[in-house]
Amino acid sequence: MTILETGSSERVTGKRLLRREDPELLTGEAKFVDDIVQQNALYMAILRSPMAHARIVAVDTAIAKRMPDVFAVMTGEELKSDWFAPMPCAWPVTGEMKNPPHYPVAADVVKYVGDAVAVVLASNKVAAIDALAAIDVKYEALPVIVALEDALADKELVHPELGTNTSYVWKLEPDKSKVDQAFASAAHVVKSRFVQQRLLPSAMEPRGVLVVPQPYGSEYTIYSSTQIPHILKIMLSLTVGVSEAKLRVIAPAVGGGFGSKLNVYSEEVLALTLARKFHRPVRWTEERSEGALATIHGRGQIQEIELAAEADGRLMAVKVNLIADMGGYLQLLTPGVPLLGGFLYHGLYDVPAYSFTCTGVFTNKTPTDAYRGAGRPEATFAIERSMDSLARKVGIDPAEIRRRNFIPPEKFPYSSAPGLVFDSGNYLPNLEQGLEKVGYAQIRAEQQIRRSRGSKKHLGVGLSCYVEMCGLAPSKVLGSLSYSAGGWESATIRILPTSKVQVVTGTAPHGQGHETSWSMIVADRLGISPEDIEVLHSDTAIAPYGLDTYGSRSLAVGGSAVYLATDKVLEKAKLIAAHHLEVAAEDLSYKDGSFAVKGSPDKAMALSSVAFEAFTAHNLPEGLEPNLEATVTWDPPNFTFPFGTHIAVVEVDEETGATELLRYVSIDDVGNQINPMIVEGQIEGGIAQGVAQALFEEAIYDGSGNLLNTTFLEYLVPSASEFPSFELGNTVTPSPTNPLGVKGVGEAGCIASPPAVINAIVDALSVFGIEHIEMPASPEKVWSAISFSRGNSR
Amino acid sequence: MFPASFDYAKATSVADAISILSSVDDAKLLAGGHSLLPLMKLRLASPGMIVDIGSLTDLSYIEDKGDYVAVGALTRHHDVQNSRLLKSVVPILPYVASRVGDPAVRHRGTIGGSISHGDGASDLPAAVLALDAKFVLMGPKGERVVPASEFFVGFLETVLSSDELLTEIRVPKFSGGWSFQKFNRRAQDWAIVGVAAVNNGHTRISLVNMGPTPLRATAVEAALADGASIEVASGRASDGLDPPSDLNASSEYRRHLAEVLVKRALAEALR
Repeated sequence: MTILETGSSERVTGKRLLRREDPELLTGEAKFVDDIVQQNALYMAILRSPMAHARIVAVDTAIAKRMPDVFAVMTGEELKSDWFAPMPCAWPVTGEMKNPPHYPVAADVVKYVGDAVAVVLASNKVAAIDALAAIDVKYEALPVIVALEDALADKELVHPELGTNTSYVWKLEPDKSKVDQAFASAAHVVKSRFVQQRLLPSAMEPRGVLVVPQPYGSEYTIYSSTQIPHILKIMLSLTVGVSEAKLRVIAPAVGGGFGSKLNVYSEEVLALTLARKFHRPVRWTEERSEGALATIHGRGQIQEIELAAEADGRLMAVKVNLIADMGGYLQLLTPGVPLLGGFLYHGLYDVPAYSFTCTGVFTNKTPTDAYRGAGRPEATFAIERSMDSLARKVGIDPAEIRRRNFIPPEKFPYSSAPGLVFDSGNYLPNLEQGLEKVGYAQIRAEQQIRRSRGSKKHLGVGLSCYVEMCGLAPSKVLGSLSYSAGGWESATIRILPTSKVQVVTGTAPHGQGHETSWSMIVADRLGISPEDIEVLHSDTAIAPYGLDTYGSRSLAVGGSAVYLATDKVLEKAKLIAAHHLEVAAEDLSYKDGSFAVKGSPDKAMALSSVAFEAFTAHNLPEGLEPNLEATVTWDPPNFTFPFGTHIAVVEVDEETGATELLRYVSIDDVGNQINPMIVEGQIEGGIAQGVAQALFEEAIYDGSGNLLNTTFLEYLVPSASEFPSFELGNTVTPSPTNPLGVKGVGEAGCIASPPAVINAIVDALSVFGIEHIEMPASPEKVWSAISFSRGNSR
Repeated sequence: MFPASFDYAKATSVADAISILSSVDDAKLLAGGHSLLPLMKLRLASPGMIVDIGSLTDLSYIEDKGDYVAVGALTRHHDVQNSRLLKSVVPILPYVASRVGDPAVRHRGTIGGSISHGDGASDLPAAVLALDAKFVLMGPKGERVVPASEFFVGFLETVLSSDELLTEIRVPKFSGGWSFQKFNRRAQDWAIVGVAAVNNGHTRISLVNMGPTPLRATAVEAALADGASIEVASGRASDGLDPPSDLNASSEYRRHLAEVLVKRALAEALR
């Protein structure tokens, strides 16, 4: 695949252009939902259950209703007749999947701490919050299920009417006998169990929603801090029962999401329902500790993985059994998230036999859903940790076990055992580049020196080779996975009469810099300055079609649509230019903003002139419509498959158990790069977020289903102080799946880094015979493991 | 996070602050706000009145008083951290201040606020305890001077009465060996365990977050005085203490950390 065709003599793509989004973000000028001024709005506050599982016996709202500035106080019972349909789950992964109805405010039984039991509307925010304290709720406690094994045992039930805590069992086992044979004849079998702890997504901007009934007719404008304005519009229509044609969803400046805003939340449904009921604007902004309970959690899995290998370490089969924590209810994509990893537990290794089973279980906890990487970090962790165990068993270096198992370059396109077709890949040079950059041999030598000196500060180095499937997604494939939407993306380009350009995209950036990158793609193709190009997005009235931003899809799918729409509009412009220049269209070439007759460059017509001619329509070719506008909706033929090598170097203090991340090297192959600075920013943020899972973060529940760390005092999101400067490099293997040769980069760092760090820690601690440390590898956990290995009584 | 509603008064002088404190039942002083405001936002504290002493700039000073340095209660951590005088005559104090929170916190938080709050998990109270500092407390009946060793009474509790105001910290000059060991997981966090050690012929050691108040490691000090080795003495770091268990660390792990950190602190201070 050639790099994208350009109509410019000086290429813009590939340059480190400063992000055009940043000045207003950095100066505080950007407008988030909570910044939007709205007269006459009612402020919504939600009373949340302090009980993980309980019957609501009585709710007394009398005192709250009489408090100053309070407009209304409503219980779930009182709102029953206002609901149209339960909260949506768009991914019924099996026909038998159990999905109990879930309404924005509980009427009878609460299923997790944070489940809503009453709602207050007041004329100011403080009054609304103060009124919550005056509502008296009597609960009758019910049995609480917290641990996944307890859920699986079905002794107590989260939803007794279902008769089981299991929502679904999903199996991917193309050839069971092949797997059985492999394990029967394997020289080595490695079996591991890993826990993927629950994580709080912790976007910088909390969630928020403002619903404004429009003055004429019964239309509603919904401002929401969401990644998915388009999907939200459809789902709100289906859930609230308002015609989709009467809904306009706007995602203004959105301060990050990491998947947590890829959802349809009860507060959005509730705000629209109440705005309709009272004909008043209704607004709500989440508080940080409230968000710990009310916004979806990430991960939450127990993984069992078995590898079968030949004597030399070559893999024969991978067998995986997951228990996935759904939480109290299914949110928009809850059941599907673990399955996104279900195709990738063999990593980037050539594995002929494969078996994957996932059991989704309900617990009395906040629902889980997509969180940066969504299924793929979990898969990468399991296989990359297991590869280190296998290396140890075979008696070879972790780098060597990977070399022996990589899918060789000549096998691409590679049909994987689970059923994907990896479009491209070239793994070995990428690994070798990483090893060289980090100085692998020298680190191993220093490790030995420290060990021979009896140093109490142990050096460890950890590898993680990853591949992900992103560029979501071919619509047909999503259909085959029972996903309720397609995976296409839409783009419109308009060359205006004054020759400025508008690009309309169906993606919904919330920090990714699409305005910058999309303008670069178009600038290159049209041979004009990116400054002449505006990128419009995240408003369903302006960009009516789109499938939004998640799963590292926006550039590979949405950027490709922008590129193809640009080509399409140029084709039309060429017809007009040919008409005026009185030549055949095929005799024209296009460069630097002008059509010229091949062989006589003096005979030319500027794109700006073409645009004006298209607008006046005084003299157009017969049958051609006025104006220069083109729309392309592009459905990708395949996923994309970014890959890379991440290497962590750690020092573990044997006395305190503290891990210091000394160095972090990553070599990522995300295909062609439109703006390398944005690529690096994504990778660095992703690495930090993945290291956070490995070392710092965990949503901790007690046995009664209370989330114990709802503030950043106790939920340890790390800061820049906790990291060394990352050392980034790349290889470039363009994807043949899309015209840009790009793959997507939003999740790569987060997918790769957790096993790199844990492999490094286990490597450092191998002198103690330690084989695994669960995440997060807190100092106390490490110290306990060392103490235990020494037989110290603990 | 919104605090419950409260009344607000801006004190124009120390005397004014004391007079307001004396006339209101549940008033709290507000200096840098970095201890009180989070508690109020979490609604763990709901004072009826806030007395803002933030504009009493005459309480912000660092002065040489011969054998001690007088530090005004409203001196920000940032100013303690960067004081040339303190760096030359009590170097441990600016170092400890440099380890408090992050730059934003250090530009707002005050030494008097930190000490008055009396949090056993804070660094500066433990430092001034190891230094045998004295505190000047002003009340309706005038001033009294209380040694650090008698100031901290219980969890977030000091000898300050409700109508008193800490105005000055008197820190003895100190030229011997010292060490401050702070163990935490994120740079801006409170210590999981911290140790301040000063050695001037005899050794004083105080502990951060090993109990409800800043504490002296008296068993270690006694062992050293009896001639014990660092190794042996540090093994007594948590003798008689009941350190807290929380999400960051179990009580048992804190005991272990205290031993490790005391050992490291002594190795540095006694060098």
